[in-house]
Amino acid sequence: MAWLNAIIQGVLTGGLYALFACGLSLMFGVMKVVNLAHGDLAVVGGYVAIGVITVTHIPVLWSFVIVVPVMAVLGYALQRTLIQSALDRGVLTTLIVTLGLSVVIENGLLQFFTANSRGIGASMALVTGSFSLGSQIQIAYLLVLIFAVAVAVLLGLQWFLSRSSYGRLIRATADDQEAVQLAGADYRHVFGIAAALALGTVALAGIGYGMYSDLDPTAGTDTILLFAFVAVVIGGLGSLWGTLLGGIVLGVAQQIGAQINISDELLAGYLVFLLVLVLRPQGLVSRRAQS
Amino acid sequence: MSVVTKAGPRPAGSFRVTRSQRNVAWTGIGALVVVVVLALFPFIVYPGTTTIMVQGFIVLTLASMWNLLAGYAGLVSVGQQAFVGLGAYFVLILALHGTSPFAALPVAAIACGVAALPLWWLVSRLRSGYFSIATWVLAATIMLFITRFSALGSGTGLPMPGLAGLSPNVLTAYTYWIGLAVTVVALAGMYLLLRGRLGLVLTAIRDDEVAARSSGARVGLARLLVFVVAGVGCGAAGALLAISQLQVQPSDVFSVQWTAEMAFAAIIGGLGTIEGPIIGTIVYIVLQQTLASYNAWYLIIFGLFAIVVALYARRGLWGLVDSRLHVRLFPVGYWLRLREDADRVRRTGWRRGTSFPA
Amino acid sequence: MTEAAHGGAANGGTANGGAANGGAANGGRPENGTPLLEVTDLTVHHGQLCALDAISLRVYPGEVYAIIGANGAGKSTLLRTIAGLHQPTTGWVRFDGTDMTTLRPERRARQGIVMVPEGRRLFGSLSVEENLQVGKTYARPGPWTIDRVYETFEWMRGRRNQRAAQLSGGEQQTVAIGRALVANPRVLLLDELSLGLAPVIVQRIYAMLPQILATGLTVLLVEQDVSQALRVASHIHCLLEGRTTLEGRPADVTAEQVEAAYFGLAGTARLPGGGSEP
Repeated sequence: MAWLNAIIQGVLTGGLYALFACGLSLMFGVMKVVNLAHGDLAVVGGYVAIGVITVTHIPVLWSFVIVVPVMAVLGYALQRTLIQSALDRGVLTTLIVTLGLSVVIENGLLQFFTANSRGIGASMALVTGSFSLGSQIQIAYLLVLIFAVAVAVLLGLQWFLSRSSYGRLIRATADDQEAVQLAGADYRHVFGIAAALALGTVALAGIGYGMYSDLDPTAGTDTILLFAFVAVVIGGLGSLWGTLLGGIVLGVAQQIGAQINISDELLAGYLVFLLVLVLRPQGLVSRRAQS
Repeated sequence: MSVVTKAGPRPAGSFRVTRSQRNVAWTGIGALVVVVVLALFPFIVYPGTTTIMVQGFIVLTLASMWNLLAGYAGLVSVGQQAFVGLGAYFVLILALHGTSPFAALPVAAIACGVAALPLWWLVSRLRSGYFSIATWVLAATIMLFITRFSALGSGTGLPMPGLAGLSPNVLTAYTYWIGLAVTVVALAGMYLLLRGRLGLVLTAIRDDEVAARSSGARVGLARLLVFVVAGVGCGAAGALLAISQLQVQPSDVFSVQWTAEMAFAAIIGGLGTIEGPIIGTIVYIVLQQTLASYNAWYLIIFGLFAIVVALYARRGLWGLVDSRLHVRLFPVGYWLRLREDADRVRRTGWRRGTSFPA
Repeated sequence: MTEAAHGGAANGGTANGGAANGGAANGGRPENGTPLLEVTDLTVHHGQLCALDAISLRVYPGEVYAIIGANGAGKSTLLRTIAGLHQPTTGWVRFDGTDMTTLRPERRARQGIVMVPEGRRLFGSLSVEENLQVGKTYARPGPWTIDRVYETFEWMRGRRNQRAAQLSGGEQQTVAIGRALVANPRVLLLDELSLGLAPVIVQRIYAMLPQILATGLTVLLVEQDVSQALRVASHIHCLLEGRTTLEGRPADVTAEQVEAAYFGLAGTARLPGGGSEP
């Protein structure tokens, strides 16, 4: 029964991980950018939420109404300025710039918010409470909520990409940047929209993480970025729903690892990642290896 | 150290291929002088200064390795801290069994090179950005694995055995000298490696990988070699770190901050040149020393500086110097000198020619 | 008909420029009219390589202007520069009198210069209809709609939900043309339509050209298949190694002259389009 509990916990945390991952997947799918600052931007989103809640006394669960648009605008601005400049200069420069961004954000947060961790809505019943199924299965309300949000976000993204005019443009730009220019679209603007979407989801990821665990400046690189990446790899590149699958597999692997040996939780997840890397690196394999 | 060869297929005498514009034999002598002076430091400066120098040696070695990976082989690894940590722990393991940490350092470095082989196999097929994060995940995995062992101190680490018997000044001096040795070997090794066939292959890959392959260059092998060498270098730096800190703490030796520091030093100094990391390390030391009291600020400034350099001064600070003076302390590229210029050179000793710097 | 021995250097910069482009007797090129698209002294480099050397041309409304030449002659570079994908080193591109030389490609497309690129370049993961819809996003007002494209290319309506990557070469080419048409361009740039397609398919595609022109479009096309170009064009322009070697109406040039211009044989020159030079 403890195992069943572990699996259920793992599946539910998969929702949180999917939330971490879909922004990363989106940015790579459209702009071919691996944003090393992804996790740190999620933490920024969490801190913005804390700030907004403190200043406006808005109910915790409604904080996203302000934070998501703010982060989306930040995403657009970041893409149009820093990341586009880096993209124009090549892959190496893009990685270096996002690495630099990650370090600057992280240390900036350390400087202004200290290393102390903070939670979001830590006193709320929703955050701390859980319900039971039978005697051995405890399900946290928060995890269910986050899972529902993750599914909603993925559905929303899928709808947007397949039905809306901008969604079409985003998919077209991902296919062929030059051809989309010939059709009258400014691909830099399209990239900006995609980045805005990515950072909107990243904001939710940060808020979710802040509620589930505690936010500290290093959480971006220690946890969020790595988990997001692992979820994307396991689920398969280029697939939004794949990030949910990947998140679930990661979550389950971690919980099973924890069952075996409590301190092996993280290691178990990474070992599964390495296994997938060895057996099925679909979408990550460079072209020359395929020939 | 200039090497003059007659170019093959061209009409004889119309071109000369040289290693550098200037006769840089004096650079070799100069380097020797510098090394000798540095070796005398423990006798002439305060221990505090030598400690800073040791830090500089660590970062310079790391930056050179990162430069080798990213600037020459195009591999952006953000997981080199794995080797820093492994180097530290290998020394620890050997020291726990009675070996002197100083003697253990080269062994630990080689061991890291061996460890690099399976790690390369895991990540080598990945495309750029995914290669990067995968190296990061690998580093995290290795740290998690090592901290399982209570014999190695688990999550808190252990003090380094075998150093307690030495007096502080002697310890500092020995640490300094071995640090100097590591750095000299690293830089000299890189120079010799890149002057040879490997350097040519790497330049070819950088310009056009497909063309390089079809010319017979062993691209995969070249990259593997670079990764292994970088593993050895970073391992040596990690070993040096453990010795200088007198302890091994996993959260310190496996910290991704090492990657940030080595990357920024390499970028600011100038990727793709051997001189670059030297400049970058100097910048790092200056920033760190002046801003030490302001906590994380030196990293913020360092990071911003790196972003600006990456966007607006692609060849780094050394690149700015190089493009004006055409000086290479470590000439690993080739210059094409036209015949008419050759006569002028003999007369004036210095003339810009057609150049294809590597 | 004159053949001046200008070698490969002759282009529109001679004193006879205006008159040489043809008098009213040709019934096609209004000598005093404003060209819809005008390229002047265009020089384009790829790095250090000079791809185009001081090229000039004028395209008048309603024309089918064909640029021919061997591989590497610079034809596609010329079209891509006109579309805005390359920046010239020197020279001008003028559209309807307005200087477009520094305008970004998407702005030119919105003004009415729409290119069907070499190799089709459809959005592979999108359906046929979605490809057309993308083309429609920034379209100018005009007669072309997605429905009209379906009427023109009948097979498309039934397959409109199929992924573009699954179509055959010829089908992809027509969808690419359709995608450009729904934008209601004023000048349609066609880059190497025949590349990689069977001759029968190519002919069928070119057979649609009159229908397209009937709606008031002007066409500037690049074509490796010389006979095909001569069949549809109202004016041809031959490039060799980035320079103009021949220019004129198909009716006014002989096969030998075209061959000489195409391959760069001695004694070729830009031909006046029916002028009265002895």
